[in-house]
Amino acid sequence: MELTLWTYEGPPHVGALRVAASMEGVHLVLHAPQGDTYADLLFTMIERRGRRPPVTYTTFQARDLGGDTAELVKRSIAEAAARFQPEALLVGESCTAELIQDQPGALAQGMGLGDLPVVSLELPAYSKKENWGAAETFYQLVRNLLKDQLPPPGQAKPEPTRWRQEGRRPRVNLLGPTLLGFRCRDDVRELSRLLAEHGIDVSVVAPLGARPADLLRLPSADLNVCLYPELAGPVCGWLERSFGMATVRTVPIGIGATAAFLRELHGLLGLELPAELEPGAGGVSEAERRSRLPWYSRSVDSTYLTGKRVFIFGDASHAIAAARVASQELGFQVVGLGSYSRELAREVRAAAAELGLEALITDDYLAVEAAMAAAAPELVLGTQMERHSAKRLGIPCAVISTPLHVQDVPARQAPQMGWEGANELFDAWVHPLMMGLEEHLIGMFRHDFEFVEGHRSHLGGAPPAEAPPAAIAVEAPSAPAPAVPAAAAASGSLEAALAWTPDGEAQLARIPFFVRGKVRRNTERYAREHGLSAISEEVLFDAKAHFSA
Amino acid sequence: MAQILASPKSDPAAGPTVTPAATGSPNAPALIRENGQREVFCGLTSIVWLHRRMPDAFFLVVGSRTCAHLVQSAAGVMIFAEPRFGTAILGERDLAGLADANAELDRLVGHLLERRPEIRTLFLVGSCPSEVIKLDLAKAAERLQTQLAGRVRVLSYSGSGIETTFTQGEDNALLALVPLLPAAPVARDAGSTAAPPDQLLIVGTLADGVEDRFRSLFTRLGIPRIDSLPPRRASELPPVGPGTRVLLAQPFLSATARALVSRGAQLIPAPYPLGVEGSRAWMAAAAAAFGVAPAHVQAVLEPLVERGQRALAPHREVLAGKRLFLMPDSQLEIPLARFLARECGMELLEVGTPYLDRSLMAEELALLPPGVQLSEGQHVEHQLDRLRAARPDLVLCGLGLANPLEAEGIATKWSIELVFSPIHGIDQAGDLAELFARPLRRRALLSFG
Repeated sequence: MELTLWTYEGPPHVGALRVAASMEGVHLVLHAPQGDTYADLLFTMIERRGRRPPVTYTTFQARDLGGDTAELVKRSIAEAAARFQPEALLVGESCTAELIQDQPGALAQGMGLGDLPVVSLELPAYSKKENWGAAETFYQLVRNLLKDQLPPPGQAKPEPTRWRQEGRRPRVNLLGPTLLGFRCRDDVRELSRLLAEHGIDVSVVAPLGARPADLLRLPSADLNVCLYPELAGPVCGWLERSFGMATVRTVPIGIGATAAFLRELHGLLGLELPAELEPGAGGVSEAERRSRLPWYSRSVDSTYLTGKRVFIFGDASHAIAAARVASQELGFQVVGLGSYSRELAREVRAAAAELGLEALITDDYLAVEAAMAAAAPELVLGTQMERHSAKRLGIPCAVISTPLHVQDVPARQAPQMGWEGANELFDAWVHPLMMGLEEHLIGMFRHDFEFVEGHRSHLGGAPPAEAPPAAIAVEAPSAPAPAVPAAAAASGSLEAALAWTPDGEAQLARIPFFVRGKVRRNTERYAREHGLSAISEEVLFDAKAHFSA
Repeated sequence: MAQILASPKSDPAAGPTVTPAATGSPNAPALIRENGQREVFCGLTSIVWLHRRMPDAFFLVVGSRTCAHLVQSAAGVMIFAEPRFGTAILGERDLAGLADANAELDRLVGHLLERRPEIRTLFLVGSCPSEVIKLDLAKAAERLQTQLAGRVRVLSYSGSGIETTFTQGEDNALLALVPLLPAAPVARDAGSTAAPPDQLLIVGTLADGVEDRFRSLFTRLGIPRIDSLPPRRASELPPVGPGTRVLLAQPFLSATARALVSRGAQLIPAPYPLGVEGSRAWMAAAAAAFGVAPAHVQAVLEPLVERGQRALAPHREVLAGKRLFLMPDSQLEIPLARFLARECGMELLEVGTPYLDRSLMAEELALLPPGVQLSEGQHVEHQLDRLRAARPDLVLCGLGLANPLEAEGIATKWSIELVFSPIHGIDQAGDLAELFARPLRRRALLSFG
């Protein structure tokens, strides 16, 4: 058993639902108890879709458990097939149905549904989660539909450069975008435009908007672009192994990543790289011509962003991309990086190591909150869940990854990928921070009746309450554990060993609120390292000089 | 009516059966009983409002990741510095019996209470997975209660989808509180059945403002003591006993009502306090149970009734003659249909309810227009076939159906709002009507030409 206040991912059948609802002509029959239809709201409310997701639930109740639930499954499959006339049928179970083991997939296979392709989904609800379920569903569907097209073993791999011999423009598949993914709708549009400008056609976008017939065309593209590795990783790997199709794996979020993505793509396709995409090319690069982020970030108004401490958590692809943008393109200092995507933990660890950090790989919301408190950041880039912890700790926060809520499916164009995506990142991440002038004035004059500590007047509303620092320290298990007297250790509080003198406290209060947590921690560390038990104003300045040296 | 019942793709095995809802009357409502896909919430959803009603309580669902995902999808748009609900997610080790589920639960509860020492009442909420594997949460609650005696009260109830639909979760939560209610002090004339009642217990979640208003009105009517279940703090439970008269503010409290009766309380039969007429009859029924003179009731309530009708008038103009279809969701459908038909002049096409408790709904059924089409249970595809054939002017439905129906050009009122809005009482009748008039006004207002 595992205590969960917030869960980063839904159960795996929600992943299956995302794939079915993203596509056209696919229907999912889900063996599930009454009430599991709540998942429809994810699509009708959060994604604001104007039609019901293509899902038939068996919605069994307690009284059905005494009877023949397998018969209920067969009736639901027959009704769904007759009513919706799908081009492919997915059959799966939710967590409760998994316990009663009716084998709905096998039942469907035995029902004689004619030519209708039936894909039986195994979604272990007690060990796997939403993204895994989506990736597995997409993989099983593609594999099932393409099994007749498999080339004989030993056949030569198709060259990604064959478009040249065939006298046509190169064409690629964009794999991975789904409903309830983070800004997939606009990422697809932005990337399609970007590719078109480089003379590259998009063959199939899937799952989002694809029909089963489109999936049959996947092998006719020159290569696959794996836009969302959490979702399309297994499919791209399988297409690579079975059809010899190459995969572009760079996720084009941020200026540097978009340029790297274009270079990888041009290289694989044997397409001549425009001079301005050459690394180290002088003059104005394509990035600078097409995106405002580089200039905005270089302009003097952004100088105060230098070294802002940022904590990053999300799915692996978005977290890795955010870390690169934050550290290289906005000049922040990344003080924490983590992900709930265990499937891509290795990649996150590598990205963290480059920043001199140890990656936090967990799906425990409380562990993330504790790490956030311990890192004392000035900005949190996370998911909808990190907004809760950031509110508790009084830290500005922007959302960069799923899980999301309705406000992150905006009406406006808001991609994360490509040149326009970088513009969106700049605005979204800088907005929650206190603006430069206000930051200076609040640092100088503490006695204002309106612009009080922690107030960010450009956000409207009342100033946030600062979290009690003692509570943060107690909750942070990763805080350094110094040798303290047994009595203090037993009391569970590190504060007990160190006392702040009144003048020390007063000086601490003069530190701008968004860096105060860090200063408090550094000063206490300094005091411990120097065997001091009381922290005065002078100790604080000593520590400040020590750590800035 | 018969032609819209014959759905084009009706499966004889799952087809509707039509029976009179109440025997003996030629005008009794016709009832369709259906079985098929149900587009409803499970009882866990009740946590979304119960956690605000009793801020000192914590709701720990024992279930799967699905349950956790449901509750946070419903409530997660609000940002919580201190969450008031969570899920103990069962893992493979729990299912395989490798881990002692009870020891695991004790460990989790210990961890939770360490983080949140201010919790005074902890609800262990059962789910489909915990019910299917027969995890005995009642026993677990008892055990934890003993361990934590004096600090935290631990209760259990089921909010599983296989047993409960949406608001029935509140019924089960209140049912779990009933055994903890202190016994009311014995009245002077304890032996005599003619002893006057000494306490009015209003049962069912009400908005704070509505509750205060009812209290003040009942006080004006001369009722000596008024209590509410659920209370505003889980630790401040009202007493119950033979001197208690129970007035149900919500129609979905079958089990709680029975349990209160078994503690000696008496149920006051009344329609539910929706609209001017229903609210007046509800309060008058309570007053009668306390022996208040009808003339006094008339004097106190008449000005309210007159004002309530004035507030209704502009909304009645929008709603009168409009054809309404109600999908099953909360059991509020029948009282709402009664109010919208009788006080707002709407025409009822079908009144769906997830569950029909005839005894608790008797007063309401008697007030429905003669011959109205009722349905209990659901086969959502068949019901949508009937709905599309009838082309209603307004549909009351859940959020899984609302936007899709709007996209088909059918106006909807999403039903969940009715359990999140102050709709009870004479003073709220105008606001209640407004909830239904608003989508129609909005459609008239928007133009993109």
